[in-house]
Formats: sequence, C-alpha cells, structure tokens
Amino acid sequence: MIELSDYLVLSALLFSIGMAGIFLNRKNAIVLLMSIELILLAVNFNFIAFSHFLGDIHGQVFVFFILTVAAAESAIGLAILVVLFRNRGTINVGDLDAMRG
Amino acid sequence: MIEKVIFYVFAGILLAAALLVITARNPVHSALSLVLVFFTSAALWLMAEAEFLGIALVLVYVGAVMVLFLFVVMMLDINIAVMREGFSRYLPLGALVAVVMVLQMLLVIGAAGVDFSGFAEATNPALSETNNIRMLGNVLYTVYVYPFELAAMVLLLAIIAAIMLTLRRRGGTRHQDINKQVRTTKADRLRMVRMASEQKNEQ
Repeated sequence: MIELSDYLVLSALLFSIGMAGIFLNRKNAIVLLMSIELILLAVNFNFIAFSHFLGDIHGQVFVFFILTVAAAESAIGLAILVVLFRNRGTINVGDLDAMRG
Repeated sequence: MIEKVIFYVFAGILLAAALLVITARNPVHSALSLVLVFFTSAALWLMAEAEFLGIALVLVYVGAVMVLFLFVVMMLDINIAVMREGFSRYLPLGALVAVVMVLQMLLVIGAAGVDFSGFAEATNPALSETNNIRMLGNVLYTVYVYPFELAAMVLLLAIIAAIMLTLRRRGGTRHQDINKQVRTTKADRLRMVRMASEQKNEQ
C-alpha cells in the first residue's frame, strides 16, 4: 500500500529540484519559469496526497485554483518574455539592468 | 504490492525528467521533459484517486501551457552558450541548497511527533463512495462558487494582459478602418468631370 509519506518525500524531492533549477539557470528566463512550474507541481502533490489520505475533497479544490493561477501566470510571463525579446533582443536575465541606478 | 511498484516506477521517471528539465542544454529539451513530468504526475494523481485533476493536468498543462512554452522557446532565438555560462559556477550552491532543503523536509516528515500511520487509506470511505468529478463539482459550485468566479476573472485577465502585451501596430501594413469606411461620403469617392462629347467616328 502506498503511504502518505511516499507522496510527501516525492513532493519534497520535486520541490528541491525546482529550487535547484532556479539557482542553476539564473540566466535563462524560460527555464526559470519551468522551475516555478515544477515547484507549483510539488505543492499540488502535497494537496492531492493529503486530500486522498484524509478523505477531504477540499484539497483538490485548492489544486484546481492553483492550476488556474499557474496557467495565468505562465501565460503572462511568456508574453512578457516575448515583449522583452522584441525590445532588447535577449532574454538573458543578466542583461536586464535598465533600472539599475 | 503491485501498486507500490507502479508508484516507484512513476516516481523515478518523474524525478529523472525533472532533473532533465533543469540540466538540459537546449530549452526545447527542457520543455519536452516538462511534458513528461506532467504526464507522470497525472498518472500519480490518478493513483491517488484525483481523477478529474489528473485529466485536467494533461489537458490544460500538456495541451495548452506546454504548447505555449514550446511556441515561445522555438520563436525566440536563444543563444544557448551565453545562457549556460553561470551553470557550473552555481552548481555547488544550488545542489547544496537543494540537499539541505530535502534534508529539512525529510526531518519534518520523519519527525517523531508526526505519525502518518493514522492516515490509512481505509479511513476515507467518503471519497470512494461516489465519483470524484461529482464530489468536486458539489463543493466547487456551492462552497467555492465565489472563488470559482474569481478564478474565471483571473483567466480573463490573463487573456487580456497577454494580448495587450504582445499586440503591436507595425507601420506599412494594410488594414481596414471600418470607421472611416462607414463615414465616407459621395464627395470623397465620386469626381464629376466635365468634357466635350466624343464624335461618333463612322465611315
């Protein structure tokens, strides 16, 4: 039988991989967005696992809303990247220092 | 027993694909690995009896969001060599932070005060009695109807924001101006020319 802790450990590993992705790919804004998706997925795993093992449907409603907000976030993030590339010709995060004093 | 084996196989694929997402040299490979991550997650969610969300993950994420990612990755001309230059420099720090976070979370999960044996699957008769979609709908359209409408507004906001951000009017393109077309008058289009009548030239 699958235990709750199996899901929690898997979620913790997934969260840390997403966190490491933010550190490793600091230059590439697209992979940064993908790492954020990984982190949100790890959070959703926790909600689903607790919803299953506690017998409470409300956790799944929360996952539903997180999916909605994450989809909106990535759509706007990618639109910002497209505008950025059109104006600056690069999406390198290191080059985005126009607001530096 | 067989459930456990399936769970571990899917978990292994999930973690390997997630590692590939953050280490792949080419962003297209990262995006495709992320598709694999979402597929295996959907399978694991199905195993946790969250059927609606598993299917929604495949439809919404693999079908829409990841296609959007792939579209943007392929449309932008990314210099991969420049993007990778900080990778080896930040690898020790990133790995250290990740390992420390995993250890902390494992300590919390394995702490003596938290006993997960109480969360047996047998204690949830309510979830298995009726189907998942009906239960979710019963809650979503009654208790959570106001947040549900707010979620719809968030999606509308995302549509409008994304379109307004990427809309651009280029000079030199030919397009219809309906307003101008409707307000045109006879004087704008028709020109009366006064001229002598032609002689009929018959032999």
